Amino acid sequence: MTDITSSSAAVLAGLILSKKASSVEITTAFLDRLEKLNPKTNSYLHFNRENSLAQAKRADQQLAEGKTVSPLHGVPIAVKDNLTTTDAPTTAGSKILEGWVPQYDATVVRKLREASMPILGKTNLDEFAMGSSTEFSAYGPSKNPWDLSRIPGGSGGGSSSAIAGHLAPLAIGSDTGGSIRFPAAMTGSVGAKPTYGAVSRYGLIALASSLDQIGPVTNSVLDAAMLQDVIGGHDPHDSTSLPNSLGSMVQSVKEADVKGLRVGVVKQLSSDGFQPGVKACFDDTIEKLAAAGAEIVEVDCPSFEYAVAAYYLILPAEASSNLAKFDSVRFGLRVTPDGNPTIENVMAATREQGFGPEVKRRIILGTYALSSGYYDAYYGSAQKVRTLIQQDLAKAFTQADVLLTPTAPTTAFKIGEKVNDPLAMYLNDIATIPANLAGIPGISVPNGLASEDGLPSGVQILAPAMQDGQMYRVASIVEKLYVDQWGASLIARVPDLEAL
Amino acid sequence: MAKEQLMSYEDAIERFEVVIGLEVHVELNTVSKMFCGCANNFGSEPNTNVCPTCLGLPGSLPAVNRKAVESSIAIGLALDCQIAPNGRFARKNYFYPDLAKNFQTSQFDEPIAFEGEISIELETGEVFMVPIERAHMEEDAGKLTHVGGATGRIQGAEYSLVDYNRAGVPLVEIVTKPIYGALDKAPELAATYVRAIRDIVKSMNVSDAKMERGNVRCDANVSLREKGAEKLGTRTETKNVNSLKSIENTVRYEIQRQAFILAAGGKIIQETRHWHEDRGHTSAGRPKSDADDYRYFPEPDLVPVQPSEEWIEEIRLTLTEKPSDRRKRLQDAWGFADLEFRDVLNSDLLDEIEATVAAGASPQSARKWWTGELARLANAQQLAVQDLPITPEQVASIQKLIDSGELTDRIARDVVAGVLAGEGEPAEVIESRGLKIVTDEGALIAAIDKALASQPDVMEKIRDGKLQAAGAVIGAVMQEMRGQADAARVRELILERAK
Amino acid sequence: MSEITPDLVRHLASLARILVTDQEVEQLAGELGIIVDSVATVTKAVSGDVTATSHPIPMANVYREDVILPSLSQLQALSSAPDSAEGRFKVNAILDED
Repeated sequence: MTDITSSSAAVLAGLILSKKASSVEITTAFLDRLEKLNPKTNSYLHFNRENSLAQAKRADQQLAEGKTVSPLHGVPIAVKDNLTTTDAPTTAGSKILEGWVPQYDATVVRKLREASMPILGKTNLDEFAMGSSTEFSAYGPSKNPWDLSRIPGGSGGGSSSAIAGHLAPLAIGSDTGGSIRFPAAMTGSVGAKPTYGAVSRYGLIALASSLDQIGPVTNSVLDAAMLQDVIGGHDPHDSTSLPNSLGSMVQSVKEADVKGLRVGVVKQLSSDGFQPGVKACFDDTIEKLAAAGAEIVEVDCPSFEYAVAAYYLILPAEASSNLAKFDSVRFGLRVTPDGNPTIENVMAATREQGFGPEVKRRIILGTYALSSGYYDAYYGSAQKVRTLIQQDLAKAFTQADVLLTPTAPTTAFKIGEKVNDPLAMYLNDIATIPANLAGIPGISVPNGLASEDGLPSGVQILAPAMQDGQMYRVASIVEKLYVDQWGASLIARVPDLEAL
Repeated sequence: MAKEQLMSYEDAIERFEVVIGLEVHVELNTVSKMFCGCANNFGSEPNTNVCPTCLGLPGSLPAVNRKAVESSIAIGLALDCQIAPNGRFARKNYFYPDLAKNFQTSQFDEPIAFEGEISIELETGEVFMVPIERAHMEEDAGKLTHVGGATGRIQGAEYSLVDYNRAGVPLVEIVTKPIYGALDKAPELAATYVRAIRDIVKSMNVSDAKMERGNVRCDANVSLREKGAEKLGTRTETKNVNSLKSIENTVRYEIQRQAFILAAGGKIIQETRHWHEDRGHTSAGRPKSDADDYRYFPEPDLVPVQPSEEWIEEIRLTLTEKPSDRRKRLQDAWGFADLEFRDVLNSDLLDEIEATVAAGASPQSARKWWTGELARLANAQQLAVQDLPITPEQVASIQKLIDSGELTDRIARDVVAGVLAGEGEPAEVIESRGLKIVTDEGALIAAIDKALASQPDVMEKIRDGKLQAAGAVIGAVMQEMRGQADAARVRELILERAK
Repeated sequence: MSEITPDLVRHLASLARILVTDQEVEQLAGELGIIVDSVATVTKAVSGDVTATSHPIPMANVYREDVILPSLSQLQALSSAPDSAEGRFKVNAILDED
């Protein structure tokens, strides 16, 4: 049923609520499609038809009893495999957690269940969310539905390829330096990172605790807003979660108005270092906004020059500590060397075999950044750069309501192209990292196909902390400008996966 | 483990200056753990008070127990510390199987309390001011059991078992500054200091303070330097010394051991040591190496602790009387001699005696019961006196009956035995066992006449002035009454009869 | 080139409890050297009086009341254990005294 799988979540929700389609029908349609096509994209690491259908059935039963528990009641969703689920393995894309079935659900998973949204399965990611291509997943890379020889972005390439390939109408992922937004740009879909603390991290396998956020991966801005409304909110389990809800994002989307909008273009992220076709799409976005009545200003954020460096000190440092718990004792892989090994030997052998090369690199780098004698120069200094970035952004947001940048420096590169060049890989996140360092919300919205290669490009919209509504509002404006131009959203042009 | 050579204590003190430093870990008695809602219970089945957070499961997060923060501030105030207006938790990173996350959430350079002091009174009456560096919050680790080796210790063990019930229990670590000038009193000072800490946290009811249960643990640092030297000597740290006696012995031993080495021209290895109570010596553990790079950094999953002035004042108002002040007050009120009072303190029975006095017994009788008969009974059953199933109120009510003449000392012991055996309150035991002293004079006289009848010559002897002859009759009567008679009254009645 | 020597890599790997082969040590030393050189720029970026930010959104005093919340059962706790005995997680013997 192509109709169903090409529909947005908002449309599907409408069908369910108006009883034109059941959750079982819709969930079945996606299951049929993903079972057939997942071998092509490797979007999902686990799925269980029976389990998903049982959830869909329960959703339908509630509706039959007159109970509607959420605006997305009955709409199925894919969950990134670094979020704990009690009814499916959670591997974080690593061998060290192969087959681990968690003893508890992540808070966001609990919220999805309480919203009666059947879970289709767990999606692929770079190991422990470290990467921007899924090439570091221990279970093989995911493939971009626009071109199966190319990466779908990472770390959340499983969710972005599932969304772009219509193997799910909705997905949730995590974003530490761009892991939701970068894949969205690579696949012509929508990906949002809420304000730090807007969504509970309880049950998210931690990468960098002060940078991680969970967010929606969808094919429309409205879908993302609806999903953030379901998953957001204070959680007593997460001491860093915001004390108060940010209000309804859907409500903000409805209030989209360009008049008087001040759009800031970040000097440091608008010229050099971007693929020409991507830059051209970005310039086009700015022109459209100006034509629609927005005021365009240039803002100067000099500290952005150090953002990637600071990030690649803070992240490995926090990750090296967060990943220490993977030691063969309470869960996960245990490798026992021959002879009479001590527990220290077992731990070291387990981590050697269980962690991939990128994870090891970052753990060792992080251990170095925190070690005595080096803390001040590395981790300590990086945390100071964060302050500078926040200061630059605070100043920029006095001059503009939102900031726009291209989401990514390039379009989707070929699988294998950057995998042996860590530094080149790190630069994929050059535009997305500042938002994580500062804790502000950011969203990527498709803004065309790059002329050189015909591959998707994305524009990133940044808003001040806790102004996620503002972010969704402007994103919705941008989306409409393009849908008006194209007559449909960009994703309508994605190749037919069944034919590939 | 070969016993090392020691210099005599006197010689060591003569030649060297002792510097000690004490780290005391206090386990708080909060209802739930430091960073999660699992029960803070002793003795539960293994791994039943655990959750994703204290088990260190992937994705779990900590949440700070407000009561633990409150108790930590209280401890800081009791030690005359300043309370930090802004502090954070920090991760102390190292790998060990009893550490669920392989880091301990603790505090590094921002402890909740710092710069305090406490006055410690030694046996001689000399008062010593011990400077406190800091008190900070942290979490306890799980419990490891080593299986397969000879003594249950690590060496030779085949494997180990881990129980995480204790992981995440709130701890407050109190660290002294280096303590100078204790001279030959260093061992006693160390033990007395730890006891003082224990008494404080017990009196504030922030900890059960049972050393034998590990509620209060001590790490003792000892270093020596030549008299007059400026530079501090290399110190050793003896970890987890868990009784007051052991603390004293450990410090004494280390002084002697280090003195011998230094006098022979050797060097002290900076290392962690362990005290063996059974063998009376310390032994070397792991040498302190760069493996101790804990890579501290602020805990990103928690936000700063910024106690308000109002909150601190509220806590300050709830602080109870200092244990040392309370002790003085009670000793004066009860009129106990120093030796008697020390006896009470050494047996840790101050609370019980205070409660018994409050329930109406005289201080001396309360003391005699608890440090005498009850201590004897407890010892025989290999229990701590405090764990006997009898309350201060019950002891006081028994004493009341002795005072009113309804029980003799001897019968009272039977009543105590009955209460301990679970037969109920003293009144119930007396009833069911029929232990009351017979006061009915008619019954006594009947018994006396009966006894006199079988010993006719006694009357003669008494009339002749040989009063001690009454003894035989008293004995017979007491036997007839099964001890439930006031022997003095019986004697009086016999003498009256004889007239 | 920075100060990432093979010996340093071995030391860091040992601190992080990761076994590394000689080949990995060489490779890591090279890779890390390049990365460290590029991130060392942060030291230059900050002057003395900039404070560090450890939390993106400033918050303080977040507490939980001292009440008991449901725990896992022993069975649940051990359900993920690679090895267990007597209700506890079982591990190989420990080398060092604590």
